[in-house]
Amino acid sequence: MALMNFLKPKNKLEEGGRTSAPVQRDAGEPEKSCPNCRKDIPLSRLWANDLVCSCGYHFRMKARNRIRMIADKGSFHELYSGIKADNPLNFPGYKDKIETVRSASGEQEAVVCGTATLGGQKCCLFVMESYFMMGSMGSAVGEKITSLFEYAVQYRLPVIGFTVSGGARMQEGLLSLMQMAKTSAAVRLHSDAGLLYIAVLTDPTTGGVTASFAMEADIILAEPGATVGFAGARVIEQTTKKSLPDGFQKSEFVLEHGFVDSIVSRRDQKRYLAELLKMHGGRAV
Amino acid sequence: MSEAAYDRVKLARSSNRPTGLDYIKNIFRGFIEFHGDRRYADDPAIVGGIASLNGSPVTVIAIEKGHTAKERTLRNFGAPNPEGYRKALRLMKQAEKFGRPIICFIDTSGAYCGIGAEERGQGQAIAENLTEMSTLCVPVISVLIGEGGSGGALALAVADRVWMLQNAVYSVISPEGCASILWKDAAKAQTAAESLKLTAEDAKSLGVIERILSEKDIGQKEFYDRIRTLLIREIDVLTNDLDLVGHRYDRFRNIGVSAVIKE
Repeated sequence: MALMNFLKPKNKLEEGGRTSAPVQRDAGEPEKSCPNCRKDIPLSRLWANDLVCSCGYHFRMKARNRIRMIADKGSFHELYSGIKADNPLNFPGYKDKIETVRSASGEQEAVVCGTATLGGQKCCLFVMESYFMMGSMGSAVGEKITSLFEYAVQYRLPVIGFTVSGGARMQEGLLSLMQMAKTSAAVRLHSDAGLLYIAVLTDPTTGGVTASFAMEADIILAEPGATVGFAGARVIEQTTKKSLPDGFQKSEFVLEHGFVDSIVSRRDQKRYLAELLKMHGGRAV
Repeated sequence: MSEAAYDRVKLARSSNRPTGLDYIKNIFRGFIEFHGDRRYADDPAIVGGIASLNGSPVTVIAIEKGHTAKERTLRNFGAPNPEGYRKALRLMKQAEKFGRPIICFIDTSGAYCGIGAEERGQGQAIAENLTEMSTLCVPVISVLIGEGGSGGALALAVADRVWMLQNAVYSVISPEGCASILWKDAAKAQTAAESLKLTAEDAKSLGVIERILSEKDIGQKEFYDRIRTLLIREIDVLTNDLDLVGHRYDRFRNIGVSAVIKE
Protein backbone atom coordinates (compact mmCIF):
# COMPACT_ATOMS: atom_id res chain seq x y z
CA MET A 1 0.00 0.00 0.00
CA ALA A 2 2.74 2.35 0.90
CA LEU A 3 4.18 1.89 -2.53
CA MET A 4 0.88 2.68 -4.19
CA ASN A 5 0.47 5.86 -2.20
CA PHE A 6 3.75 7.36 -3.00
CA LEU A 7 3.44 6.42 -6.66
CA LYS A 8 0.61 8.92 -6.98
CA PRO A 9 2.02 12.05 -8.48
CA LYS A 10 2.49 14.67 -5.83
CA ASN A 11 2.48 17.99 -7.46
CA LYS A 12 3.41 20.67 -5.00
CA LEU A 13 1.95 23.26 -7.32
CA GLU A 14 -1.44 21.60 -7.56
CA GLU A 15 -1.56 20.86 -3.87
CA GLY A 16 -0.91 24.41 -2.92
CA GLY A 17 2.55 23.69 -1.66
CA ARG A 18 5.18 26.27 -1.07
CA THR A 19 5.92 26.72 -4.75
CA SER A 20 2.38 27.54 -5.79
CA ALA A 21 2.06 30.57 -3.56
CA PRO A 22 2.44 33.82 -5.44
CA VAL A 23 6.05 34.68 -5.00
CA GLN A 24 6.94 38.12 -3.76
CA ARG A 25 9.36 39.12 -6.40
CA ASP A 26 12.12 41.54 -5.78
CA ALA A 27 12.68 43.72 -8.72
CA GLY A 28 15.56 42.21 -10.57
CA GLU A 29 15.41 38.78 -9.01
CA PRO A 30 17.20 36.46 -11.40
CA GLU A 31 14.96 34.33 -13.53
CA LYS A 32 15.46 31.34 -15.72
CA SER A 33 13.53 30.73 -18.88
CA CYS A 34 11.93 27.31 -19.21
CA PRO A 35 12.78 25.73 -22.57
CA ASN A 36 9.51 23.80 -22.46
CA CYS A 37 6.79 26.32 -21.49
CA ARG A 38 8.89 29.42 -22.24
CA LYS A 39 7.87 31.05 -18.96
CA ASP A 40 10.40 32.98 -16.96
CA ILE A 41 10.67 31.49 -13.50
CA PRO A 42 12.30 33.23 -10.55
CA LEU A 43 15.34 31.22 -9.48
CA SER A 44 14.19 31.08 -5.87
CA ARG A 45 10.99 29.36 -6.89
CA LEU A 46 12.87 26.97 -9.15
CA TRP A 47 15.21 26.04 -6.33
CA ALA A 48 12.33 25.52 -3.96
CA ASN A 49 10.98 23.00 -6.44
CA ASP A 50 14.21 21.02 -7.00
CA LEU A 51 14.79 22.73 -10.33
CA VAL A 52 11.53 21.51 -11.80
CA CYS A 53 9.33 24.00 -13.65
CA SER A 54 5.59 24.12 -12.93
CA CYS A 55 5.09 22.62 -16.41
CA GLY A 56 7.08 19.57 -15.31
CA TYR A 57 10.27 20.38 -17.14
CA HIS A 58 13.32 19.09 -15.26
CA PHE A 59 16.30 21.40 -15.43
CA ARG A 60 19.74 19.86 -15.18
CA MET A 61 21.03 19.64 -11.65
CA LYS A 62 24.58 19.60 -10.39
CA ALA A 63 25.75 16.39 -8.77
CA ARG A 64 26.23 17.91 -5.29
CA ASN A 65 22.76 19.45 -5.32
CA ARG A 66 21.31 16.13 -6.30
CA ILE A 67 23.13 14.43 -3.45
CA ARG A 68 21.71 17.03 -1.06
CA MET A 69 18.27 16.33 -2.47
CA ILE A 70 18.51 12.52 -2.32
CA ALA A 71 20.69 11.61 0.68
CA ASP A 72 19.59 11.97 4.29
CA LYS A 73 20.94 15.21 5.68
CA GLY A 74 24.63 14.99 6.47
CA SER A 75 24.80 11.28 5.62
CA PHE A 76 26.91 11.50 2.49
CA HIS A 77 30.52 10.42 2.84
CA GLU A 78 32.50 10.91 -0.31
CA LEU A 79 34.81 8.20 -1.64
CA TYR A 80 37.58 8.38 -4.24
CA SER A 81 37.51 12.17 -4.45
CA GLY A 82 41.24 12.13 -5.20
CA ILE A 83 40.90 10.09 -8.41
CA LYS A 84 40.93 12.35 -11.43
CA ALA A 85 41.87 12.43 -15.07
CA ASP A 86 45.39 12.81 -16.29
CA ASN A 87 46.18 13.19 -19.97
CA PRO A 88 47.32 9.65 -20.80
CA LEU A 89 47.35 10.08 -24.58
CA ASN A 90 48.72 13.64 -24.54
CA PHE A 91 45.58 14.52 -26.44
CA PRO A 92 45.77 18.04 -27.90
CA GLY A 93 43.90 20.59 -25.78
CA TYR A 94 42.74 18.07 -23.17
CA LYS A 95 44.90 19.34 -20.32
CA ASP A 96 43.72 22.92 -20.75
CA LYS A 97 40.13 21.84 -21.23
CA ILE A 98 40.12 19.83 -18.04
CA GLU A 99 41.73 22.65 -16.04
CA THR A 100 39.08 25.06 -17.27
CA VAL A 101 36.26 22.63 -16.49
CA ARG A 102 37.66 21.94 -13.03
CA SER A 103 37.70 25.56 -12.04
CA ALA A 104 34.32 26.31 -13.65
CA SER A 105 32.50 23.31 -12.15
CA GLY A 106 34.32 23.03 -8.84
CA GLU A 107 34.53 19.28 -9.46
CA GLN A 108 37.64 17.24 -10.14
CA GLU A 109 35.83 14.66 -12.23
CA ALA A 110 32.54 13.84 -13.95
CA VAL A 111 31.21 11.61 -11.18
CA VAL A 112 30.84 11.99 -7.42
CA CYS A 113 30.87 8.72 -5.45
CA GLY A 114 30.27 7.84 -1.85
CA THR A 115 28.05 6.25 0.75
CA ALA A 116 24.85 7.73 2.14
CA THR A 117 21.65 6.83 3.84
CA LEU A 118 18.23 7.22 2.24
CA GLY A 119 15.38 7.08 4.69
CA GLY A 120 17.89 5.64 7.15
CA GLN A 121 19.07 2.87 4.83
CA LYS A 122 22.70 2.75 3.85
CA CYS A 123 23.75 2.53 0.22
CA CYS A 124 26.53 3.42 -2.17
CA LEU A 125 25.68 6.40 -4.31
CA PHE A 126 27.20 7.76 -7.49
CA VAL A 127 26.00 10.86 -9.25
CA MET A 128 27.42 11.94 -12.57
CA GLU A 129 28.09 15.61 -13.25
CA SER A 130 26.73 17.19 -16.42
CA TYR A 131 28.74 20.33 -15.77
CA PHE A 132 31.98 18.36 -16.11
CA MET A 133 32.53 17.65 -19.82
CA MET A 134 28.90 16.53 -20.04
CA GLY A 135 29.53 13.60 -17.74
CA SER A 136 31.88 11.96 -20.19
CA MET A 137 33.49 8.72 -19.04
CA GLY A 138 37.25 8.54 -19.07
CA SER A 139 39.62 6.39 -17.03
CA ALA A 140 38.93 8.28 -13.79
CA VAL A 141 35.14 7.98 -14.05
CA GLY A 142 35.52 4.28 -14.88
CA GLU A 143 37.91 3.76 -11.99
CA LYS A 144 35.67 5.57 -9.49
CA ILE A 145 32.51 3.73 -10.49
CA THR A 146 34.28 0.36 -10.60
CA SER A 147 35.81 0.98 -7.18
CA LEU A 148 32.39 1.94 -5.80
CA PHE A 149 30.79 -1.31 -6.98
CA GLU A 150 33.71 -3.26 -5.50
CA TYR A 151 33.28 -1.37 -2.23
CA ALA A 152 29.57 -2.20 -2.32
CA VAL A 153 30.39 -5.89 -2.77
CA GLN A 154 32.83 -5.78 0.14
CA TYR A 155 30.35 -4.11 2.49
CA ARG A 156 27.27 -5.75 0.98
CA LEU A 157 25.53 -2.53 0.07
CA PRO A 158 23.07 -1.63 -2.65
CA VAL A 159 24.18 0.91 -5.27
CA ILE A 160 22.11 3.82 -6.51
CA GLY A 161 23.50 5.65 -9.52
CA PHE A 162 22.34 8.80 -11.28
CA THR A 163 23.62 8.87 -14.83
CA VAL A 164 24.14 11.82 -17.11
CA SER A 165 26.61 11.49 -19.90
CA GLY A 166 27.43 12.31 -23.47
CA GLY A 167 29.29 9.00 -23.59
CA ALA A 168 32.90 7.91 -23.50
CA ARG A 169 35.49 10.68 -23.24
CA MET A 170 37.20 10.82 -26.63
CA GLN A 171 40.30 12.54 -25.30
CA GLU A 172 41.30 9.30 -23.56
CA GLY A 173 40.67 7.19 -26.65
CA LEU A 174 40.63 3.44 -26.18
CA LEU A 175 41.17 3.79 -22.44
CA SER A 176 37.73 5.41 -22.23
CA LEU A 177 36.16 2.68 -24.34
CA MET A 178 37.60 0.03 -22.03
CA GLN A 179 35.91 1.66 -19.04
CA MET A 180 32.63 0.37 -20.45
CA ALA A 181 33.88 -3.22 -20.09
CA LYS A 182 35.50 -2.51 -16.73
CA THR A 183 32.44 -0.94 -15.11
CA SER A 184 30.19 -3.63 -16.62
CA ALA A 185 32.29 -6.40 -15.09
CA ALA A 186 32.09 -4.65 -11.71
CA VAL A 187 28.30 -4.32 -12.01
CA ARG A 188 28.19 -8.04 -12.74
CA LEU A 189 30.34 -8.82 -9.71
CA HIS A 190 27.94 -6.81 -7.56
CA SER A 191 24.92 -8.45 -9.14
CA ASP A 192 26.33 -11.95 -8.68
CA ALA A 193 26.77 -11.12 -4.99
CA GLY A 194 22.97 -10.79 -4.84
CA LEU A 195 23.03 -7.04 -4.32
CA LEU A 196 20.67 -4.40 -5.63
CA TYR A 197 21.63 -1.75 -8.19
CA ILE A 198 19.21 0.99 -9.18
CA ALA A 199 20.04 3.40 -11.99
CA VAL A 200 18.28 6.72 -12.45
CA LEU A 201 18.79 8.03 -15.97
CA THR A 202 18.81 11.79 -16.21
CA ASP A 203 19.12 14.15 -19.15
CA PRO A 204 21.07 13.19 -21.23
CA THR A 205 22.20 9.59 -20.82
CA THR A 206 23.76 8.49 -24.08
CA GLY A 207 26.58 6.66 -25.82
CA GLY A 208 28.98 4.50 -23.89
CA VAL A 209 27.25 5.06 -20.55
CA THR A 210 23.90 3.90 -21.95
CA ALA A 211 25.75 0.96 -23.50
CA SER A 212 27.21 0.00 -20.14
CA PHE A 213 26.26 0.63 -16.51
CA ALA A 214 23.17 2.79 -17.17
CA MET A 215 21.37 -0.16 -18.78
CA GLU A 216 22.71 -2.84 -16.45
CA ALA A 217 20.78 -2.06 -13.29
CA ASP A 218 18.22 -4.34 -11.67
CA ILE A 219 15.81 -1.44 -11.66
CA ILE A 220 16.15 1.35 -14.21
CA LEU A 221 14.32 4.62 -13.60
CA ALA A 222 14.37 7.79 -15.66
CA GLU A 223 13.52 11.42 -15.11
CA PRO A 224 10.66 12.83 -17.19
CA GLY A 225 11.72 14.16 -20.57
CA ALA A 226 15.32 12.96 -20.29
CA THR A 227 17.12 12.03 -23.50
CA VAL A 228 18.12 8.39 -23.22
CA GLY A 229 19.75 6.64 -26.14
CA PHE A 230 22.83 5.17 -27.68
CA ALA A 231 23.52 7.14 -30.85
CA GLY A 232 23.05 10.89 -31.09
CA ALA A 233 19.84 12.02 -32.79
CA ARG A 234 21.70 14.11 -35.35
CA VAL A 235 23.95 11.20 -36.30
CA ILE A 236 20.90 8.97 -36.77
CA GLU A 237 19.24 11.58 -38.97
CA GLN A 238 22.37 11.90 -41.08
CA THR A 239 22.85 8.12 -41.33
CA THR A 240 19.28 7.19 -42.15
CA LYS A 241 18.15 10.37 -43.92
CA LYS A 242 14.84 9.95 -42.15
CA SER A 243 13.08 12.38 -39.87
CA LEU A 244 12.88 11.16 -36.31
CA PRO A 245 9.55 10.30 -34.67
CA ASP A 246 8.10 12.67 -32.07
CA GLY A 247 9.61 12.26 -28.65
CA PHE A 248 12.39 10.07 -30.06
CA GLN A 249 14.84 8.98 -27.33
CA LYS A 250 12.90 10.76 -24.61
CA SER A 251 12.46 8.72 -21.45
CA GLU A 252 8.74 8.26 -22.22
CA PHE A 253 9.73 6.74 -25.60
CA VAL A 254 12.29 4.50 -23.93
CA LEU A 255 9.68 3.39 -21.36
CA GLU A 256 7.23 2.58 -24.15
CA HIS A 257 9.86 0.43 -25.83
CA GLY A 258 10.53 -1.50 -22.66
CA PHE A 259 13.95 -0.31 -21.57
CA VAL A 260 13.19 1.46 -18.30
CA ASP A 261 11.03 0.36 -15.39
CA SER A 262 9.43 3.65 -14.57
CA ILE A 263 9.64 7.40 -14.98
CA VAL A 264 9.92 9.12 -11.64
CA SER A 265 9.81 12.86 -11.31
CA ARG A 266 12.44 14.49 -9.18
CA ARG A 267 10.21 15.37 -6.28
CA ASP A 268 9.19 11.70 -5.86
CA GLN A 269 12.63 10.17 -6.23
CA LYS A 270 13.78 10.11 -2.65
CA ARG A 271 10.67 8.40 -1.33
CA TYR A 272 10.62 6.04 -4.29
CA LEU A 273 14.26 5.02 -3.88
CA ALA A 274 13.95 4.65 -0.11
CA GLU A 275 10.93 2.42 -0.62
CA LEU A 276 12.80 0.27 -3.12
CA LEU A 277 15.75 -0.07 -0.75
CA LYS A 278 13.37 -1.07 2.03
CA MET A 279 11.73 -3.71 -0.14
CA HIS A 280 15.12 -5.19 -0.88
CA GLY A 281 16.05 -5.56 2.75
CA GLY A 282 17.95 -2.34 3.14
CA ARG A 283 19.58 -2.27 6.52
CA ALA A 284 18.82 0.54 8.88
CA VAL A 285 21.96 2.08 10.31
CA MET B 1 53.07 11.18 -38.49
CA SER B 2 49.44 12.24 -38.59
CA GLU B 3 49.06 10.74 -42.03
CA ALA B 4 50.40 7.41 -40.84
CA ALA B 5 47.56 6.84 -38.38
CA TYR B 6 44.93 7.98 -40.85
CA ASP B 7 46.47 5.76 -43.53
CA ARG B 8 45.90 2.86 -41.18
CA VAL B 9 42.26 3.88 -40.85
CA LYS B 10 41.93 3.85 -44.64
CA LEU B 11 43.65 0.47 -44.87
CA ALA B 12 41.42 -0.95 -42.14
CA ARG B 13 38.36 0.20 -44.09
CA SER B 14 39.59 -1.06 -47.46
CA SER B 15 37.13 -3.33 -49.25
CA ASN B 16 40.05 -5.47 -50.44
CA ARG B 17 40.66 -6.91 -47.00
CA PRO B 18 39.40 -10.35 -46.04
CA THR B 19 36.09 -10.14 -44.18
CA GLY B 20 34.82 -12.11 -41.21
CA LEU B 21 33.48 -14.99 -43.31
CA ASP B 22 36.85 -15.36 -45.07
CA TYR B 23 38.49 -15.95 -41.71
CA ILE B 24 35.83 -18.45 -40.69
CA LYS B 25 36.09 -20.41 -43.94
CA ASN B 26 39.87 -20.49 -44.06
CA ILE B 27 40.76 -21.08 -40.41
CA PHE B 28 38.09 -23.58 -39.35
CA ARG B 29 36.55 -26.68 -40.81
CA GLY B 30 32.91 -27.57 -41.22
CA PHE B 31 31.36 -24.25 -40.25
CA ILE B 32 27.65 -24.57 -39.52
CA GLU B 33 25.87 -21.24 -39.36
CA PHE B 34 23.12 -20.54 -36.84
CA HIS B 35 20.70 -17.70 -37.29
CA GLY B 36 18.57 -15.41 -35.21
CA ASP B 37 18.40 -13.92 -31.74
CA ARG B 38 15.12 -15.76 -30.87
CA ARG B 39 13.63 -12.42 -29.95
CA TYR B 40 13.20 -10.32 -33.03
CA ALA B 41 15.22 -11.14 -36.14
CA ASP B 42 18.37 -12.46 -37.73
CA ASP B 43 20.98 -9.78 -38.27
CA PRO B 44 23.05 -10.48 -41.39
CA ALA B 45 25.78 -8.10 -40.13
CA ILE B 46 26.79 -10.76 -37.60
CA VAL B 47 27.50 -14.33 -38.61
CA GLY B 48 27.81 -17.08 -36.03
CA GLY B 49 27.82 -20.79 -35.55
CA ILE B 50 29.99 -23.75 -34.70
CA ALA B 51 33.03 -25.12 -36.45
CA SER B 52 35.95 -27.39 -35.87
CA LEU B 53 39.38 -26.15 -34.84
CA ASN B 54 42.12 -28.77 -34.65
CA GLY B 55 39.41 -31.40 -34.37
CA SER B 56 37.56 -29.72 -31.49
CA PRO B 57 34.29 -27.82 -31.68
CA VAL B 58 34.41 -24.05 -31.17
CA THR B 59 31.84 -21.28 -31.46
CA VAL B 60 32.77 -18.65 -34.01
CA ILE B 61 31.15 -15.25 -34.37
CA ALA B 62 32.10 -12.63 -36.92
CA ILE B 63 30.94 -9.22 -37.97
CA GLU B 64 30.64 -9.46 -41.74
CA LYS B 65 30.92 -6.46 -44.07
CA GLY B 66 30.65 -8.30 -47.39
CA HIS B 67 32.80 -7.80 -50.49
CA THR B 68 30.53 -6.80 -53.38
CA ALA B 69 28.13 -3.86 -53.33
CA LYS B 70 25.24 -6.29 -53.07
CA GLU B 71 26.81 -8.18 -50.19
CA ARG B 72 27.71 -5.00 -48.39
CA THR B 73 24.14 -3.78 -48.58
CA LEU B 74 22.84 -7.12 -47.35
CA ARG B 75 25.30 -7.01 -44.44
CA ASN B 76 24.41 -3.41 -43.62
CA PHE B 77 28.09 -2.57 -44.18
CA GLY B 78 28.97 -4.51 -41.05
CA ALA B 79 26.96 -2.25 -38.75
CA PRO B 80 25.06 -4.57 -36.40
CA ASN B 81 21.62 -3.94 -34.99
CA PRO B 82 20.67 -4.96 -31.43
CA GLU B 83 19.46 -8.37 -32.71
CA GLY B 84 22.96 -9.03 -34.02
CA TYR B 85 24.48 -8.53 -30.58
CA ARG B 86 21.69 -10.60 -29.04
CA LYS B 87 22.33 -13.42 -31.53
CA ALA B 88 26.02 -13.28 -30.67
CA LEU B 89 25.21 -13.48 -26.97
CA ARG B 90 22.83 -16.38 -27.52
CA LEU B 91 25.58 -18.28 -29.30
CA MET B 92 28.10 -17.41 -26.60
CA LYS B 93 25.80 -18.70 -23.85
CA GLN B 94 25.31 -21.82 -25.95
CA ALA B 95 29.08 -22.21 -26.21
CA GLU B 96 29.34 -21.89 -22.44
CA LYS B 97 26.70 -24.57 -21.93
CA PHE B 98 28.57 -27.03 -24.13
CA GLY B 99 32.04 -26.03 -22.98
CA ARG B 100 33.20 -24.68 -26.33
CA PRO B 101 35.78 -21.91 -26.65
CA ILE B 102 34.56 -18.77 -28.41
CA ILE B 103 36.40 -16.92 -31.17
CA CYS B 104 35.12 -13.57 -32.43
CA PHE B 105 36.24 -11.66 -35.53
CA ILE B 106 35.46 -7.97 -35.38
CA ASP B 107 35.16 -5.55 -38.25
CA THR B 108 32.71 -2.70 -37.89
CA SER B 109 32.59 1.05 -38.17
CA GLY B 110 30.24 0.82 -35.19
CA ALA B 111 26.87 -0.40 -34.00
CA TYR B 112 24.18 0.79 -36.43
CA CYS B 113 22.81 4.27 -35.80
CA GLY B 114 19.16 3.89 -36.76
CA ILE B 115 15.69 4.57 -35.46
CA GLY B 116 14.85 0.87 -35.18
CA ALA B 117 18.17 0.16 -33.49
CA GLU B 118 17.32 2.72 -30.79
CA GLU B 119 13.75 1.43 -30.46
CA ARG B 120 15.07 -2.07 -29.90
CA GLY B 121 17.69 -0.96 -27.37
CA GLN B 122 21.07 -0.77 -29.05
CA GLY B 123 22.64 0.49 -25.83
CA GLN B 124 20.99 -2.21 -23.73
CA ALA B 125 22.06 -4.94 -26.16
CA ILE B 126 25.70 -3.85 -26.04
CA ALA B 127 25.60 -3.41 -22.26
CA GLU B 128 24.21 -6.90 -21.78
CA ASN B 129 27.00 -8.40 -23.88
CA LEU B 130 29.59 -6.59 -21.77
CA THR B 131 28.23 -7.92 -18.48
CA GLU B 132 27.54 -11.42 -19.76
CA MET B 133 30.89 -11.82 -21.53
CA SER B 134 32.70 -10.76 -18.37
CA THR B 135 31.71 -14.01 -16.65
CA LEU B 136 31.60 -16.59 -19.47
CA CYS B 137 33.21 -19.76 -18.16
CA VAL B 138 34.84 -20.71 -21.47
CA PRO B 139 37.88 -19.16 -23.20
CA VAL B 140 37.10 -16.15 -25.40
CA ILE B 141 39.50 -14.79 -28.01
CA SER B 142 38.55 -11.73 -30.05
CA VAL B 143 40.43 -10.69 -33.16
CA LEU B 144 40.03 -7.24 -34.66
CA ILE B 145 40.47 -7.77 -38.38
CA GLY B 146 39.58 -4.34 -39.77
CA GLU B 147 37.66 -1.55 -38.07
CA GLY B 148 37.13 -1.72 -34.34
CA GLY B 149 34.41 0.89 -34.04
CA SER B 150 33.72 1.76 -30.40
CA GLY B 151 31.01 0.04 -28.37
CA GLY B 152 29.85 -1.84 -31.44
CA ALA B 153 33.22 -3.61 -31.53
CA LEU B 154 33.68 -3.91 -27.76
CA ALA B 155 30.36 -5.78 -27.56
CA LEU B 156 32.23 -8.80 -28.98
CA ALA B 157 35.59 -8.07 -27.37
CA VAL B 158 35.26 -8.64 -23.63
CA ALA B 159 37.67 -11.50 -24.12
CA ASP B 160 40.58 -13.25 -22.41
CA ARG B 161 42.79 -12.31 -25.31
CA VAL B 162 42.26 -9.51 -27.79
CA TRP B 163 44.39 -9.51 -30.91
CA MET B 164 44.60 -7.06 -33.77
CA LEU B 165 45.69 -7.35 -37.34
CA GLN B 166 48.65 -5.11 -38.05
CA ASN B 167 46.50 -2.65 -40.00
CA ALA B 168 43.32 -2.95 -38.01
CA VAL B 169 42.26 0.05 -35.92
CA TYR B 170 40.40 0.17 -32.60
CA SER B 171 38.88 3.42 -31.45
CA VAL B 172 36.35 5.02 -29.16
CA ILE B 173 35.09 7.18 -32.04
CA SER B 174 35.83 7.55 -35.75
CA PRO B 175 38.52 10.15 -36.48
CA GLU B 176 35.98 12.07 -38.57
CA GLY B 177 33.45 12.07 -35.74
CA CYS B 178 36.07 13.15 -33.24
CA ALA B 179 37.31 15.97 -35.47
CA SER B 180 33.84 17.28 -36.16
CA ILE B 181 32.86 17.25 -32.47
CA LEU B 182 36.07 18.68 -31.06
CA TRP B 183 37.21 20.98 -33.83
CA LYS B 184 33.98 21.35 -35.84
CA ASP B 185 35.98 20.25 -38.85
CA ALA B 186 35.81 16.71 -40.24
CA ALA B 187 38.84 17.55 -42.39
CA LYS B 188 40.98 17.40 -39.26
CA ALA B 189 40.44 13.64 -39.21
CA GLN B 190 44.15 13.06 -39.73
CA THR B 191 45.03 14.91 -36.54
CA ALA B 192 42.23 13.11 -34.73
CA ALA B 193 43.41 9.72 -35.98
CA GLU B 194 46.87 10.43 -34.66
CA SER B 195 45.61 11.78 -31.33
CA LEU B 196 43.17 8.93 -30.66
CA LYS B 197 45.98 6.33 -30.57
CA LEU B 198 43.98 3.83 -32.54
CA THR B 199 46.61 1.71 -34.27
CA ALA B 200 47.48 -1.83 -33.25
CA GLU B 201 50.81 -0.64 -31.83
CA ASP B 202 49.03 2.02 -29.77
CA ALA B 203 46.45 -0.46 -28.49
CA LYS B 204 49.21 -2.83 -27.46
CA SER B 205 51.19 -0.17 -25.64
CA LEU B 206 48.01 0.93 -23.82
CA GLY B 207 47.53 -2.65 -22.62
CA VAL B 208 44.27 -3.03 -24.51
CA ILE B 209 45.42 -5.93 -26.72
CA GLU B 210 47.88 -8.79 -26.25
CA ARG B 211 49.07 -9.46 -29.76
CA ILE B 212 49.54 -7.87 -33.18
CA LEU B 213 49.03 -10.25 -36.09
CA SER B 214 51.28 -9.75 -39.09
CA GLU B 215 49.55 -9.12 -42.42
CA LYS B 216 52.26 -10.86 -44.42
CA ASP B 217 50.53 -12.91 -47.16
CA ILE B 218 47.16 -11.56 -46.03
CA GLY B 219 44.35 -13.62 -47.50
CA GLN B 220 46.72 -16.46 -48.44
CA LYS B 221 46.86 -19.94 -46.96
CA GLU B 222 50.03 -19.13 -44.95
CA PHE B 223 48.28 -16.16 -43.34
CA TYR B 224 45.31 -18.18 -42.13
CA ASP B 225 47.53 -21.11 -41.10
CA ARG B 226 49.52 -18.80 -38.87
CA ILE B 227 46.40 -17.47 -37.15
CA ARG B 228 45.02 -21.00 -36.75
CA THR B 229 48.23 -22.13 -35.04
CA LEU B 230 48.13 -19.17 -32.67
CA LEU B 231 44.48 -19.77 -31.82
CA ILE B 232 45.06 -23.45 -31.08
CA ARG B 233 47.99 -22.67 -28.84
CA GLU B 234 46.19 -19.90 -26.96
CA ILE B 235 43.00 -21.88 -26.44
CA ASP B 236 45.14 -24.61 -24.94
CA VAL B 237 46.65 -22.12 -22.49
CA LEU B 238 43.25 -20.64 -21.59
CA THR B 239 41.57 -24.01 -21.20
CA ASN B 240 44.09 -24.80 -18.48
CA ASP B 241 43.51 -21.54 -16.64
CA LEU B 242 41.74 -22.45 -13.41
CA ASP B 243 40.74 -18.85 -12.76
CA LEU B 244 39.72 -17.82 -16.24
CA VAL B 245 36.90 -15.48 -15.19
CA GLY B 246 38.99 -13.90 -12.44
CA HIS B 247 41.82 -13.21 -14.84
CA ARG B 248 39.40 -11.75 -17.38
CA TYR B 249 38.06 -9.44 -14.66
CA ASP B 250 41.58 -8.32 -13.79
CA ARG B 251 42.46 -7.86 -17.44
CA PHE B 252 39.83 -5.13 -17.84
CA ARG B 253 39.98 -3.96 -14.22
CA ASN B 254 43.56 -2.82 -14.66
CA ILE B 255 43.08 -0.86 -17.87
CA GLY B 256 43.35 2.85 -17.24
CA VAL B 257 44.41 2.50 -13.59
CA SER B 258 47.76 4.11 -14.31
CA ALA B 259 46.09 6.70 -16.56
CA VAL B 260 44.56 8.57 -13.62
CA ILE B 261 45.90 10.80 -10.89
CA LYS B 262 45.30 9.48 -7.38
CA GLU B 263 45.71 12.05 -4.67
